[in-house]
Amino acid sequence: MAIAQPGLWKRHEFFEKNSILLLIGILIVVAIGGLIEIVPLFYLKSTIEAAAGVRPYTPLELAGRNIYVREGCYLCHSQMVRPMRDEVERYGHFSLAAESMYDHPFQWGSKRTGPDLARVGGKYSDAWHREHLKDPRAVVPGSIMPAYAFLDRPLDAEAIGDDLTANAKLGVPYSPDMILRAQGDLAAQLDPDGTDATFPQRYPGAVLHAPGEKGRASELDALVAYLQVLGTMVDFKLYDDKKNLR
Amino acid sequence: MILGGPEAPGVFDADQGSTPALRAHRVVPQPRVERTDSAMPATPAPKYMTEGEAGLCAAFGLGALLCLVASAKAADPAFGLHAGLFALAAIAAIVAILRRYAARDPEPIPQEIGGKPNYNLGPIKFAAIAAMGWGIAGFLVGCIIAFQLWAPSLNLGLEYTTFGRLRPLHTSAVIFAFGGNVLIATSLYVVQRTCRARLAGDLAPWFVVLGYNLFIVIAGTGYLMGVTQSKEYAEPEWYADLWLTVVWVVYLLVFLATIAKRREPHIFVANWFYLAFIVTIAMLHVVNNLSIPVTVFGSKSYPIFSGVQDALVQWWYGHNAVGFFLTAGFLAIMYYFIPKRAERPIYSYRLSIIHFWALIFMYIWAGPHHLHYTALPDWAQTLGMTFSIMLWMPSWGGMINGLMTLSGAWDKLRTDPILRLMVVSLAFYGMATFEGPMMSIKAVNALSHYTDWTIGHVHSGALGWVAYVSFGALYCLVPWLWNRREVYSLRLVEWHFWVSTLGIVLYITSMWVAGIMQGLMWRAYNSFGFLEYSFVETVEAMQPYYLVRALGGVLFLIGALIMAYNLAMTILGREAGERSPATGAALVPAE
Repeated sequence: MAIAQPGLWKRHEFFEKNSILLLIGILIVVAIGGLIEIVPLFYLKSTIEAAAGVRPYTPLELAGRNIYVREGCYLCHSQMVRPMRDEVERYGHFSLAAESMYDHPFQWGSKRTGPDLARVGGKYSDAWHREHLKDPRAVVPGSIMPAYAFLDRPLDAEAIGDDLTANAKLGVPYSPDMILRAQGDLAAQLDPDGTDATFPQRYPGAVLHAPGEKGRASELDALVAYLQVLGTMVDFKLYDDKKNLR
Repeated sequence: MILGGPEAPGVFDADQGSTPALRAHRVVPQPRVERTDSAMPATPAPKYMTEGEAGLCAAFGLGALLCLVASAKAADPAFGLHAGLFALAAIAAIVAILRRYAARDPEPIPQEIGGKPNYNLGPIKFAAIAAMGWGIAGFLVGCIIAFQLWAPSLNLGLEYTTFGRLRPLHTSAVIFAFGGNVLIATSLYVVQRTCRARLAGDLAPWFVVLGYNLFIVIAGTGYLMGVTQSKEYAEPEWYADLWLTVVWVVYLLVFLATIAKRREPHIFVANWFYLAFIVTIAMLHVVNNLSIPVTVFGSKSYPIFSGVQDALVQWWYGHNAVGFFLTAGFLAIMYYFIPKRAERPIYSYRLSIIHFWALIFMYIWAGPHHLHYTALPDWAQTLGMTFSIMLWMPSWGGMINGLMTLSGAWDKLRTDPILRLMVVSLAFYGMATFEGPMMSIKAVNALSHYTDWTIGHVHSGALGWVAYVSFGALYCLVPWLWNRREVYSLRLVEWHFWVSTLGIVLYITSMWVAGIMQGLMWRAYNSFGFLEYSFVETVEAMQPYYLVRALGGVLFLIGALIMAYNLAMTILGREAGERSPATGAALVPAE
């Protein structure tokens, strides 16, 4: 009972009888949506404008960020405050696109098994973070976060300069000077006395931290430095949110 | 026009199906490749290596050498281990090719025997068994992390078993290892049957199957060691991504070349979906994984996009991993296996055309609904929401086409648990593709986003749709591949069906309650106008639901173990000695 498809339906043979045409047809159809949605993001003012204060991560913060990525923190913690009343009250000013402009990759996350971390910087002391990471339930009894005591081990950041170089190739404004001094800058941020006076010039506003153990940078130190910079770069007392309506 | 009109029961033959592109093909007993001496020429022909064998050996030799050098110069232990694994795999591949060469006949494997296609089933058998193994591994890891959310000390304080490292292992194991092997196995089977042609390539199909599973091993071991680029469902680092790209291109070529040598004028509808899945995944994979490694001797890389651009590229990828890997690919399975098992032609040819093009066109736009109320521009969010809602229709087009295929065969649901698995999968597909568009509405998403509701939604699609249609397909495919009349025991399929269905119900209902409660608690204000709950109070409130969810997962895992036993017995050729299918002689199909 083979029934030939009449009229317009028969035209579909065009694709049905030629695999290459079908392939090309599929490619064209699936390319359109992505092109229209993604390409403008590289040109629109609201997605490429810079906000005052946003700077590249210091070598120590970048090393900490890499640990954040490695441990999959983004799977339970978002870094994106939405502009609802409860979120703004709970976490702080809603997140701006510019605040993650140097984030390769972005860490907005998709799940809040734990709280949002976009503005966690400066809310707790370094000592609190250290305790909390080593044994979350010692400071927050109801927490279900894994204990990260194993991070209290030496930080392997011999080649952190290469990480800066890779980021610089992708457009993060690390100067040759910053790349050259990466190793020294990493140590400088873990020197609370601030002996290196040039470090704040390269990374304005970067907070100095005391290492958990003197003379040794640990993974924990790096991660705490990263957590403490989150959401602190833009000064919202000076930020005009009317100018950035999206 | 409705296909599947009145036809006398028993005389249905899919090969005489009404519309050429909808013809499913009857399973003919596999002609065995048997060479007796009488069939050989009197003087044995001289034996040469084919270009493929020699070329692949040379390429693997070179690859092994390069990998050994990379392993020695590795900047981090994980990269050293992975380079070593690649080298080992390359050497093993050379040994396998040489042994195969030593054992084979001088002439190439015939494309046809006695006028019938000489189907290539070896790689398919491997992928089918791999799918079952990876499925159990993936479900098990899912159960472990589900229990960890209930009792965090269950990670035993080890870095390798923290939630953050095991979660990508779970998602990749179930989506790419289990789902991917099911897709590869079924696609290579369906394309041969519906084109009436042996798979293109001699070693290429094996390269695809083994290479893909090597990618899984590299990716999975990497997660345990903390090698991840932190893009959800695209976590493997640059070198694993490059390897997958090579494997995937060969997969596309094998698939296309097999279609090209088809002996049917029309390309069967399942193959449209398989082709869309393969091509689109290639596009998404390449763009989303663009990155530069810190050093070519290290595992760490930085993605080329950042911030908002990276976010949208990621969710353009992420949502279409759902749309093309978990939907288009599995719809292809549906379009072959349900008509086969029900012995009915597909309901509507026109519906399949419309919903195919509409589905693949609209899915691509839906990514921004993962980024509602974020720093992504509002217009992009609204566009994503609009297309997500419209997507409801082509999604249901597939469901309707599948369900209506059962017209005149609904009674089989009582007696055939395998068909029931596949039909229930369509019901879950319909439910998940209604829930999804609803959750993409910004007002709903404001509540549901970041909560466990999303996790529940994903699992009603992943367990109910993807896994069930895969189970159904494997229950059909394994007896066909190993030349068995039927699976070892249909009673065990019944058990599998009911145990895992109970598991899914526990899973999704607990996540609905947990997720909606979480969202409401986050936004609750007390009578003084302060936030009512601290964050940790909302965490503590989840505990009972996390336990119920974990138990639901365990039931699903038990179902899969029953299935693995059943399939193993089928492969071994055992018979359960059941008097009649399913629950005994009392049930007969209604006439």
